[in-house]
Amino acid sequence: MGERKIVLPGELLVEGGEYQPGLNVFKYGERLYASKIGILSIVKQTVSVIALHGVYEPKVGDIVIGKVVDVGAFSWAVDIRSPYTAVLNASDYFKGRFNPAKDSLIKALKPGDMIIAQIADFDRTKNPVLTVQGPGLGGITKGIIVELSPSKIPRLIGRKGSMINLLKKEGRCQITIGKNGLIHIVGEKPEYEELVAQAIKKIEKEAHTTGLTDRIMKFMKKGRELSVS
Amino acid sequence: MSAEFVRVDGRLPDQLRPIRMVVGVLDRADGSAYVEQGNTKVLVAVYGPRELHPRHQASPDSAMVRCRYHMAPFSTKERKTPAPSRREIELSKVIKDAISQAIFLENFPRTSIDIFIEVLEADGGTRCASINACSLALANAGIPLRDLVSSVAVGKYKGHIILDLNDEEDEVAEADMPIAIMPSLNRITLLQVNGVLTEEEFKQAFNLAIKGCMEINRIQRETLRSVYSSIKGEED
Amino acid sequence: MMDLLSKNSRIDGRGLLDYREIKVEKGLIGRAAGSAQVSIGSTKVLAGVKVELGEPFPDAPDKGVLTVNAELVPLASPAFEPGPPDENAVELARIVDRALRETEAIDLKMLCIEPGKKVFVVFVDIYVLDYDGNFIDASSLASILALLNTKIRSFRVEEGKLKYEDGYMPLPIRHTPVTVTLAKPDNGPFIVDPNLEEELSLGNRISISIDELGRICGIQKLEGSLSIDEVFKAVSIAKNIAPKLIEIVKREAV
Repeated sequence: MGERKIVLPGELLVEGGEYQPGLNVFKYGERLYASKIGILSIVKQTVSVIALHGVYEPKVGDIVIGKVVDVGAFSWAVDIRSPYTAVLNASDYFKGRFNPAKDSLIKALKPGDMIIAQIADFDRTKNPVLTVQGPGLGGITKGIIVELSPSKIPRLIGRKGSMINLLKKEGRCQITIGKNGLIHIVGEKPEYEELVAQAIKKIEKEAHTTGLTDRIMKFMKKGRELSVS
Repeated sequence: MSAEFVRVDGRLPDQLRPIRMVVGVLDRADGSAYVEQGNTKVLVAVYGPRELHPRHQASPDSAMVRCRYHMAPFSTKERKTPAPSRREIELSKVIKDAISQAIFLENFPRTSIDIFIEVLEADGGTRCASINACSLALANAGIPLRDLVSSVAVGKYKGHIILDLNDEEDEVAEADMPIAIMPSLNRITLLQVNGVLTEEEFKQAFNLAIKGCMEINRIQRETLRSVYSSIKGEED
Repeated sequence: MMDLLSKNSRIDGRGLLDYREIKVEKGLIGRAAGSAQVSIGSTKVLAGVKVELGEPFPDAPDKGVLTVNAELVPLASPAFEPGPPDENAVELARIVDRALRETEAIDLKMLCIEPGKKVFVVFVDIYVLDYDGNFIDASSLASILALLNTKIRSFRVEEGKLKYEDGYMPLPIRHTPVTVTLAKPDNGPFIVDPNLEEELSLGNRISISIDELGRICGIQKLEGSLSIDEVFKAVSIAKNIAPKLIEIVKREAV
């Protein structure tokens, strides 16, 4: 794949009908251009740019972490740090057995609560609809949450999960990655959770550099030594 | 065009003023940039895309761009009142049009992208510096763009066609022509002429402006790249 | 519409470079020093001129003052909202203003009574009354025609004092700029004088002001974008079309 080449909006990436535009790349005639600042990635014939900045653009199927911001009669409004506020319906939360007379929305989830959910539905005409029916989904009660620029999620995951697995192993933590740039960390000790949080911040800052995986490995090992002593 | 003509500040006809560009200068904004061209100083903040309320103002197919060009009261020779002048209203519109052409607005229906321009010091070419800063701020915010928009003004001053007029030249010039271009796609997104030119003079001035814009574009790209080259991997 | 354009014709049957029918009425408003109403097709613009005494600008103490204002009044179109002039009205006023100012259409030095203290102020107020596209060209025509129609009390300046004489005189007008607005789709030819439907659907528009000497005296690219070649083409078309509008000005000025 070669070294990490940083490209800019409007920069000509490749020319030729055999190439297809991937993420953050657009076609003008036979030429492919970048639409965001990011790292060029060419896999087979697909040319993509891994963006270094940008809001989260919701996609059906994504796992996201959101904060409840409002409670309505039949649904909650959830902030998922995208241009669009998401909706979680009571009928989904209460597994279709929602009884307005008995079940109180605000007792279940109130403004400020964090949830892990999946985007069940989203298109250009409506806001994203969430579901909490699924393994690992629902309200968050323990651990910590870290913010990361959504465009750096791919770097956090790493090639074939190399980076995220490294963090889980060295940090002795469960890590849930919300595609919208929020990460949920639950560990054996608060110190480990904090260490993983710091590693994530470091990854965000140095996302565009080489040799990052090794440096994070060193960082985690050193961090654990310090916390034991 | 007289090559020996030396301007009031010592520049040659086809010379830009010293330029300084910095990106990501504000923490709260989604994207930001600061540009200096000579003494002209412009700061731009971008917020968005974010959900637009009231809903009926939003477009179902694309993002709305709202742009406010505003001059600080201390930016001009004589204090300018803070209330928007007609010039600021027109420039807000013209800058919005110039920069919107570059944005993939259709990616974010029902949202707004808000651009705030503050001219901190005005010494000619403020709308051009603003457009240059807006491009950087939008890229900094990660908003998908077709290209960076690069802008500069040319003019006719005492018979000479000159590039990047300062305020002193602007006041006396026979014509003043700000231009903006998306270089990769060869699209002109800003073009105004204030003054009188023959068709021949217009072509000459226009071609000089394009050269100036290409140089500005180079500096914009360098500025964006330099953010990353300065952050190296740190061993703790 | 796009199909028609690709065959070089338009929905209303006009040629690509044809204006709609232009009608002019002058001197409608008795209380104004001068007035003119211009219709281009269904678009109607009324311009009124008032001349009053006032102070000069500090940086031009020996010149009279020209000020241009425009309003897109709500009765002209469902799209116009009541309220202070919005960005479109402000832009319109400034486009017309620039062409008149930069050509020195009015010899403002002749309107100075006492330098630095007393001058004549010429107010041009543009009212768009009916909007079917291209209020810019109509406003530009109405403004210069209203100015040519203007009569002020004859005066002379004696030792810095204003002395009125018998009768009326016209304003000292030296040049007659007009504006030609063109529109084009991204892939397609330029058309002149877009009507409302064309204005709303063709994504690129540019206004070019030309005076009777064929000089470019103002350009304002409106929405959209153009290639470098397209810009030069637009200027060339405007230069060729402007004489037709200037003919109308000459004819009506008599």
